[in-house]
Amino acid sequence: MFDKLLVANRGEIAIRVIRAAKELGMRTVAVFSDADKDSLAVQLADDAVHIGPAVASKSYLNIDAIIAAARRSCAGAIHPGYGFLSENPQFAEAVEAAGLVFVGPSAETIRMMGDKAAARSVAKAAGVPVLPGSHAEVADIDHAVAAAREIGFPVMLKASAGGGGRGIRVALESAGFEHLFYTAQAEAKAAFGNGALYVERFLPRARHLEVQVLGDGEHVVHCFERECSLQRRRQKIWEEAPSPAIDQNTRDLLCASAIRLLNCVRYRGAGTIEYLYDEDTGQFFFIEMNTRIQVEHPITEMITGIDLVREMIRIAQGEPLGLAQAGIETRGAAIEVRINAEDPDKNFRPCPGKVAAFALPGGPGVRVDTMLYPGYAVPPYYDSLLAKLIVHAQTRDIALARLRRALDEFKVNGIATTVGLHKRLAQLDDVQAARFDTGFLERLLGT
Amino acid sequence: MAQHEVLSPLPGIFYRRPAPEKPPYREHGDQVALGDVIGLIEVMKQFIEIHADAGGKIVRFLVEDEAPVEPGQSVLLIETA
Repeated sequence: MFDKLLVANRGEIAIRVIRAAKELGMRTVAVFSDADKDSLAVQLADDAVHIGPAVASKSYLNIDAIIAAARRSCAGAIHPGYGFLSENPQFAEAVEAAGLVFVGPSAETIRMMGDKAAARSVAKAAGVPVLPGSHAEVADIDHAVAAAREIGFPVMLKASAGGGGRGIRVALESAGFEHLFYTAQAEAKAAFGNGALYVERFLPRARHLEVQVLGDGEHVVHCFERECSLQRRRQKIWEEAPSPAIDQNTRDLLCASAIRLLNCVRYRGAGTIEYLYDEDTGQFFFIEMNTRIQVEHPITEMITGIDLVREMIRIAQGEPLGLAQAGIETRGAAIEVRINAEDPDKNFRPCPGKVAAFALPGGPGVRVDTMLYPGYAVPPYYDSLLAKLIVHAQTRDIALARLRRALDEFKVNGIATTVGLHKRLAQLDDVQAARFDTGFLERLLGT
Repeated sequence: MAQHEVLSPLPGIFYRRPAPEKPPYREHGDQVALGDVIGLIEVMKQFIEIHADAGGKIVRFLVEDEAPVEPGQSVLLIETA
């Protein structure tokens, strides 16, 4: 048991975790780099500890600094959020070796699922279909070329330690493959401290589906699926729950496959099983499992009424899963759009800088998770997510109308954001009819 | 001798090499042509290539590898003629 929780992250997810911990009656500790000393997470937490310079490799990716911060602040547990060290098994091990609780699965599970080749094997053994791909990490460019030739183009290069769309490139043909390999490797190394890549068959017109799961190490439940097909450069920007594309039979099969996989590893914590769904054939394929909370978790919370972050913390305290599968039901439809500090008119150029003024939407069925506060300066060193706008309504059509209304209320002055892009998307016939796949947005934008 | 400074278009972290274990794109004394990649800027997890906006011989880099840069800051000095 612990009564003080350190959040090893920044931005909106640090705030999300601090809020859940406070509602459980805990004291909270934020950590911060030189660039985040005035952040909202620091303001909201009971304690805040400086952990290093702005560059993430020396602060939010610095295991020793974070453990030292936990010791110094007498925290009993560490929540890793998403990104940064959230799927780093050495971190989970170091946390436990320091006598602290890691809010997430065991280092062993993280390592197995983080090794995408091992994860594929588990999925296969559990009877979950997988895409053709390299059976292990490709050691270098020569092995990557050989693997790509064997699988057949188009292929996808993916960071073994990946997540959040970082370190991923699609190679349509062998020309330019080497350049893509090195840029994916550089991105993976910077984002995860590990440049290892693997190669997988690329399905050009697939939908991205994922199943939210929770486990306490003995029992596992699913909280149904999300659809995240609207992506740009593998970065999800718009997510929905439930998926508007699948029928009840497919949903049952999909969620049952996730449970089979989870039971194989006696999963503890919150996790997500990601799939590609081929609408033409009705087949779904396992792509990876994320052993952490995800950015888009709120839409599942909206339709199920389950506070996923609260459940994660409760499970980490050793409490049994308080949920039975039969008791988990969905109500209505939820949509999340990511408001990023990027300029859609300038090829999504990042737009760090000072937010002069902003207005957030409100009213029924509207939730905004954000680190914005008056006068906030968005630093250039981290990801571009400024806010998540989440809407929930009885039906998808009403949720779309609510989204359009909320986007009209959403104002950010001083820096460019993706609010305008989402307004445009929410008006499109194809989006309203849910006719999209993972390539839809890039085709629309002509990139 | 005319000299030209290549500026960083964005704030972020400046990298002289395409990947941590790769050699730098360019060394002091190298010739560069207009449009050659001379470094990367990491801004909000995106890697943006910095191109020479003039041709010539590299006099020196004005920013260390992996150092923070501000928009408009000079990163490279080139001798253009």
